[in-house]
Amino acid sequence: MSEPEALLVCQRLTRHFGGLVALAGLDLQVRRGELLGLIGPNGSGKTTFFNVLTGLFPPTQGEILFAGTSLARATPQATYRAGITRTFQRSRLCLELSIFDNLAIGAHQRLDHGLAFNLLRRRALREQADATATAARDLLEIFDPPLARRLFEPMLGVAMIDRRRVEICRALMSHPRLLLLDEPSAGMTTEETTRLMDDILEVRRRFGDLTIVLIEHEMSVIERVTDRCVVLNYGKKLCEGTFAEVSADAEVRRAYLGLT
Amino acid sequence: MRPAQAGARAALSAAAIAAVAALLLYGFLAAESEKTVGLVLAGAVVVVAGGLRSKVLPRLVRAAGERAVMSALAIAAVALIGVFHDDPFVLLLMARALLVLVACLGLHVQLADAGVPNFAGAAFFGVGGYTAAVLGHGATPHLLVLLASGAVAAAVGSLLLLPLLRTRGHYAALITIAFGLLFRTFLEVNETLGGPQGLKLGGLRLLGLSFNDDREIHGVEISGYAFYCLAAVALALVAVWLVRSVESSWIGVALDAVRLDETAAACFGISIGRWKIAAFTLGNAIIGVAGGLSAMMVGFIAPNNFTFQESLVLVSILLLGGLGNLAGLAVAALIVIWLPEKLQPIQEYRYLLFSVLVVLVLVLRPAGLIRRIARRPFGSLAA
Repeated sequence: MSEPEALLVCQRLTRHFGGLVALAGLDLQVRRGELLGLIGPNGSGKTTFFNVLTGLFPPTQGEILFAGTSLARATPQATYRAGITRTFQRSRLCLELSIFDNLAIGAHQRLDHGLAFNLLRRRALREQADATATAARDLLEIFDPPLARRLFEPMLGVAMIDRRRVEICRALMSHPRLLLLDEPSAGMTTEETTRLMDDILEVRRRFGDLTIVLIEHEMSVIERVTDRCVVLNYGKKLCEGTFAEVSADAEVRRAYLGLT
Repeated sequence: MRPAQAGARAALSAAAIAAVAALLLYGFLAAESEKTVGLVLAGAVVVVAGGLRSKVLPRLVRAAGERAVMSALAIAAVALIGVFHDDPFVLLLMARALLVLVACLGLHVQLADAGVPNFAGAAFFGVGGYTAAVLGHGATPHLLVLLASGAVAAAVGSLLLLPLLRTRGHYAALITIAFGLLFRTFLEVNETLGGPQGLKLGGLRLLGLSFNDDREIHGVEISGYAFYCLAAVALALVAVWLVRSVESSWIGVALDAVRLDETAAACFGISIGRWKIAAFTLGNAIIGVAGGLSAMMVGFIAPNNFTFQESLVLVSILLLGGLGNLAGLAVAALIVIWLPEKLQPIQEYRYLLFSVLVVLVLVLRPAGLIRRIARRPFGSLAA
């Protein structure tokens, strides 16, 4: 074990929006290869943490170390190149485009965007498109084989659960090292949620080196899939540990579960 | 189906589309009285609407493939030029429609692909025209002059990049509007560029052929405008090829991502600035080349040709046709450029009519005459 155990280290991460303190000195570590659950009441800073981490909102203060390099001042594009991808709480797919186009957006980094390549070397472009389509199909197969057969259909006609799947696949297309899932089960039935979580576990099995941070409100999901949990409250870490440890914590029960 | 059979079917489908289009266009151009024009228009509406509604037209287009349809339409255009070879009025009308179409293709890359508004289309058209006027008198080969028209338009456009990248939507549109107004004022006070009186241009010369002269070939009198028309057809073909190649490639996917969701695009490594710059620059270059050729054809340019109103006409063609649809764009360009010329009584009210037409289309068919079609997969696995 020569590699450091922590893939992501956040130190005193702070983000203000005017007078509002969304993140208040968050210290958080994500271990290599783990599936970390991020829980906390609404407004506790979970999504803000993702947004700061992916460079959408630069942190007001604090440090982000990803595999040893600082990402505190990185643009969203740079965090993607470093190997962090995400899904969004409210689906942000391009509904006008096909499933394939959406997945190709996820693979941006690996595609050749040169003018000469795209205009003149059409044969090479076609080969690259075919390779991308095959990769996209393989990925969709993990989630839902019928969906994989609809690769070139427009996103608009795709059901909600399949949109979620496509969004996760888009994030996986670039083979990220860290995958951030922002409430993938929102708006889904219990059965759909169960299936989606099975799929995520399957993805984890296949992508050996993948580390996942999952924001989730459904406690049964957190209990079933996560290795470890971090509880946020008021932009700070309230506590961390396995789900059993965390759910037994008196402070967590007060802040989050509403128990006394 | 065997390849040869499929090829024959494609060729037939393309020929059918082009033949019907040529017939309608011929009827319209040859019509003398307003009544005939009205009849042809009604016929065109019935044919196009019927073809779309019954799905015959889309099926034909799919069977033919885009490339075959484009080639067939180009042949039809050349045939029409042949038919009207000695009618300068009709030829000028055709050439103008084609050049406006090319300019709209430039706007299409900017607005429909990358989502960058440009309400200074006429100004960039003008930059191309003035470039041709200044360089055209010298010894520079005119093909290079036309390329320079595009390059200068693109370079002038880069003046707007900084404010454009810092704004979006209405605010970005305002910047281009301001530029268009400034451009005209700049021309009016600039004595070197002829001030309000404008500049005269010599005609286009390519391969020792002067496009301005009428000539006689085997006893057939051919108007000089026929050659401009042919050049415009060639330019339109190049522009369509360029735009379609860009769209059916990774570049097109990246532009779509930037237009549809900048935040998500950024999270997947897509540089918003880079692609907006690329689309804006490419679009202006296309508009500039069209402007250069247009100025050479007309032989005279003045600031009054490049008003904000003209820019609005270009944008309204895009909206009318259906943002993102090239077929719709072509139809809209024909309607907007030809109709006032053919229906003299409405000439005076044309801006009023355009406005009403655009408002009606936006209310009744917000996606335009023909809606955007999703990108056809450019890989071979899709079939």
